[in-house]
Amino acid sequence: MLYREAGDFKTGYRSDGQTFPIRLDRWGYYALVAVAFLVVPFLINDYWANAVLVPFLIYAIAALGLNILTGYAGQVSLGTGGFMAVGAYAVYKLMTAFPDVSIVIHILLAGGITAIVGMLFGLPSLRIKGFYLAVATLAAQFFLVWLFNKVPWFYNYSASGQITAPERTVLGMAVTGPATSAPAKYLICLCFVFVLAWLARNLTRGTLGRKWMAIRDMDIAAEIIGVNPLTAKLSAFAISSFFVGIAGALLFSVYLGAAEVGEAFGINKSFLVLFMIIIGGLGSIFGSFAGAAFMVLLPVFLKNVLVGSLGWPTDLAAHIELMIVGALIIVFLIVEPHGLARLWALAKEKLRLWPFPH
Amino acid sequence: MTEMQTTTAAEGYVTADGRQIGGVLMDLKGITLRFGGVEAIKNISFDIRQGEIRAIIGPNGAGKSSMLNVISGFYVPQEGEVWFKGEKRGPMKPYEVARLGIARTFQNIALFDGMSVLDNIMTGRLNRMKAGFLSQAIWWGAAEREEIENRAAVERIIDFLEIQNIRKTPVGRLPYGLKKRVELARALAAEPGLLLLDEPMAGMNVEEKEDMSRFILDVNDEFGTTIALIEHDMGVVMDLSDRVVVMDYGRKIGDGTPDEVRNNQEVIDAYLGVAHD
Repeated sequence: MLYREAGDFKTGYRSDGQTFPIRLDRWGYYALVAVAFLVVPFLINDYWANAVLVPFLIYAIAALGLNILTGYAGQVSLGTGGFMAVGAYAVYKLMTAFPDVSIVIHILLAGGITAIVGMLFGLPSLRIKGFYLAVATLAAQFFLVWLFNKVPWFYNYSASGQITAPERTVLGMAVTGPATSAPAKYLICLCFVFVLAWLARNLTRGTLGRKWMAIRDMDIAAEIIGVNPLTAKLSAFAISSFFVGIAGALLFSVYLGAAEVGEAFGINKSFLVLFMIIIGGLGSIFGSFAGAAFMVLLPVFLKNVLVGSLGWPTDLAAHIELMIVGALIIVFLIVEPHGLARLWALAKEKLRLWPFPH
Repeated sequence: MTEMQTTTAAEGYVTADGRQIGGVLMDLKGITLRFGGVEAIKNISFDIRQGEIRAIIGPNGAGKSSMLNVISGFYVPQEGEVWFKGEKRGPMKPYEVARLGIARTFQNIALFDGMSVLDNIMTGRLNRMKAGFLSQAIWWGAAEREEIENRAAVERIIDFLEIQNIRKTPVGRLPYGLKKRVELARALAAEPGLLLLDEPMAGMNVEEKEDMSRFILDVNDEFGTTIALIEHDMGVVMDLSDRVVVMDYGRKIGDGTPDEVRNNQEVIDAYLGVAHD
């Protein structure tokens, strides 16, 4: 059983357009989904959930969102942290105002609210491009963080200025609050990731995705073949912000439990997610996951090696870890500027011809 | 000038090779285009008829590309009227013009480099795809059906232009001549009523030029598409086109069949220069 498309005949445009055209890929995907849903929840413990899997899943959603905007539609954004804060504060206000409504609906609504905010801050993109747009979205980042600090209504006038997620359940299982079990946290994030990744794939393969990519690659030509730049750009901002808002809502309610806006959703978050998509691969769904995994797992891995195996002091390891991550990012961008997704594609291309490459 | 009058009677005319040319598809009346103090186009009028291949020629800087940009709605002229399919066209955004059924290619290739050949050509059909947002998001019903129908139409164009083997290649990796062909495919995918080609043969070798000429004639012949083109290669222009407009310094100095234009003294002067004594 080799990794080949030979013998796997496509008899229609439907099967030719499927997500995984090679049979082995398809099986691999099904197996991965099955393991993620049916095996991992029974094995997961608090360490794996809190240090690895839950942050990976949440950042994968944020990376998917930013990749739609930056990778597919070509609009640079440094406002991801701010938009995540919108999602977090929206879900907090909804949770406390309507305690009887399901948290799932609140998280989706928080995404919707972020989409509207994202569209507002996307308006400058109709006139400015590139670095200038990045600066405009940077303004969104600072303004939103300032707003959530300044207006006590957003944090329900709490003395600490923090927001704290009350306990909410889905199907009788607590998914937010201190009593949440590791499998519950993991499963709710996994469900959102699964559905959102599927939506992202569908949106980017069809008409809307082609409009975004046309705007990204050459906006004047896109307009001349009939793409309305206004709707294309604003829809990218809206959908991207929807994803990012949901990531922010999950990060606050499921993962952190309590958050202070400047600390949890500062400019660092914007850069972190931007690094994820650059390292993972712009304009690739797989790249969003790969980048999120790289940026979440690498520090954990290094910490385990340096402190756990080599027995270095924790503070030294923490600094070295930052340096190694930084150096790796630079090396990586020089070696493969198109990211992990490109490396993966190249590996698959090689594998298809293996063992007779000529 | 009397000769020209007879060749463009109201109901059209019959070309030298026996094709029937229809009525006026696009009528440009007294177009003047200025960039600040520079008049790029000075009071030019001509028409493009249903089913014909119309060439716009002239020396460098004559205003040909500006003229094409006026037709495609990219520039809005300060004076004059553009009539398309019997209706006066107001100031429009380029994407609105595209929806009227006018497609074009560019002098410097304007493909989407990050997308495959197939996706590039599919973008030509964006205006025909009407599936709603929800249908696209869940890839069910209208979105999937449309995708398959339009894919079939695109595959016919891929066959027609003989680019089957590169359909999944990213456009950025293709050589120049093939890029030109893909760009033509994208314009054709829109099934335009009027196809504008801005120097379709610029930078090509003889063989590629022959291929491209054949495709242009076939498009006109098989799909009945009206074509307006700009080209510098006089041999090609004279062979392909039914009627030719000649521009120089923003003015129209000739208009008629290739033979008429070839024998027009003003055109000869513009190309060869006039002795100043």
